[in-house]
Amino acid sequence: MKKPSLPALCLALIPFVALCFSVPLWDRIYPMVLGLPFNLAWLIGWIVLSTVCMWGVYRIETVHLMHLPRDRGR
Amino acid sequence: MSAAAICLTTIAVIVGIGTTIGFLAGVRRRMDLEQWTVGRRGFGVLLIFLLMAGEVYTTFAFLGASGWAYSRGGPALYVLAYLTLAYVASFFVLPALWEVGRRYGMQTQSDFFGVRYANKYLAGFVCIVGIVCFIPYLQLQITGLGIIVSIASFGGIGRPAAMTIGLALLVAFVSASGIRGVAWMSVVKDALMLIAAVAIGIGIPLAHFGGIGPMFAALIAARPAHLTMPGATTNLGHAWFVSTVLLTSLGFYMWPHSFAASFTAKSADTLRRNAVVMPLYGLSLAFIFFAGFATVLIVPGMANGDLALLTVVRQSFPAWFLGVVGGAGALTAMVPASVFVLVAATLFAKNLYRPLFAPSMSDDQVAGLARRAVVVIGLISLALAIFTSSTLVSLLLTGYAGVTQFFPGVILGLYWSRVTTGAVFAGLVVGVASAVGLMVSHHDPLFGVSAGFLALCVNFVVVVSGSLMSAALGSDEGRERTAQLAAAFQ
Repeated sequence: MKKPSLPALCLALIPFVALCFSVPLWDRIYPMVLGLPFNLAWLIGWIVLSTVCMWGVYRIETVHLMHLPRDRGR
Repeated sequence: MSAAAICLTTIAVIVGIGTTIGFLAGVRRRMDLEQWTVGRRGFGVLLIFLLMAGEVYTTFAFLGASGWAYSRGGPALYVLAYLTLAYVASFFVLPALWEVGRRYGMQTQSDFFGVRYANKYLAGFVCIVGIVCFIPYLQLQITGLGIIVSIASFGGIGRPAAMTIGLALLVAFVSASGIRGVAWMSVVKDALMLIAAVAIGIGIPLAHFGGIGPMFAALIAARPAHLTMPGATTNLGHAWFVSTVLLTSLGFYMWPHSFAASFTAKSADTLRRNAVVMPLYGLSLAFIFFAGFATVLIVPGMANGDLALLTVVRQSFPAWFLGVVGGAGALTAMVPASVFVLVAATLFAKNLYRPLFAPSMSDDQVAGLARRAVVVIGLISLALAIFTSSTLVSLLLTGYAGVTQFFPGVILGLYWSRVTTGAVFAGLVVGVASAVGLMVSHHDPLFGVSAGFLALCVNFVVVVSGSLMSAALGSDEGRERTAQLAAAFQ
């Protein structure tokens, strides 16, 4: 299987950092956002931002796929 | 009409509509094996979206996540993180799986391991682990059904009876319709689930506190530590969060049914697009969290947190509304349970029994064996649901500790040409054994880290180092074989 491109992987890593690895930074109640504790608001916000990142990954990978030589000996 | 009667009737009507739509979808077509499990690879974007989305909204999301918001607090938020990241990860796994699936006519997860690694014992072991891990997941759904019906009946129908009725209906439905029936039932369920979740997510805080903001303000004032980690627990801190989010996001598509569902997509591109859009589905879970956190102050002191949400709904709303919520919840339990039992039974009959014990069985005989397996697997899960107890989330995490062990074999099988069959087999065995060992000896989490995740790390190390050692120290035939298997996948 052809491997994904590096820019795509980097972009996909952003949600992992924001939603998982950085948890000690955002696991707090204050500042509250729209009446919600900060951690919940952060997660909700990053659910949307992750979709944006993945849309970027989709664009990169679709272009990447089209640029591959047609005949790969299948 | 008493409140209980209104409520139960509403649930029965909703479940009736859902299953009828499902039966109709199935009855019109002759059921051969591939139709029964994979729906002839013709599912378009909308249907695959609904099928996968339907599988996300299980009793786990509805009762379990709210139950953990009630009993654990902050740690329950892992659910929002892992679901999003599962889709991110899926972008790099599912489209590739789809392509090899189509090329080799794969129907199940075990087929993938059998083809990629050319070892029927590995394929058989993958089956066994998959089937065994489905049992807690199925138990979760059945338990949820029991909770819904017993609360909706205001205590009139006991949980064991509710669970048994639910299972019987499930088995009948699954035997007739297979996966297409499930997909259409999913449509009904999803629409209702979304409406129910938004209604209670806004309605409960509004009714008891005057809004979501005031609800959180009250909760923070009364229980300042509840909303962050470790919340109401002592051992579910940040290390647990990171390890559990990784375990469950990487393992999400390693469940045999989700793995197999990717084979039903119309194209690899459909799967890529779904990976982009599906995280947005997770937003509706926020409503379930609002409702779940609200229940902390409304019904404090409940021993079983998984009952909190419905108990509050029953207190706060008219009976018919509890019926609608309960009906949505019942479909939410039945749809995924149907899929689990279907996939487990097919894995057993087609990928475990036939290749290893009766290679000359016909496809029709395999389908017949699968139908009987549906009943047996269902009964085992029912017995466990009736006679043991765990929180719904704990049951799911137990299953994850097992299925995520497939991840190294899958990801390296797709992208690394030097991975060897032996190393993958060894890694899988070591991973499963470590996970089971740690959980059974009550060492989950171990030093604050999820046991399943630790097992996954050990698994990865074994697969990678084993493969590298084979390349360096193994025989020429071994290297040749490894290269051939990898080349077939390019």
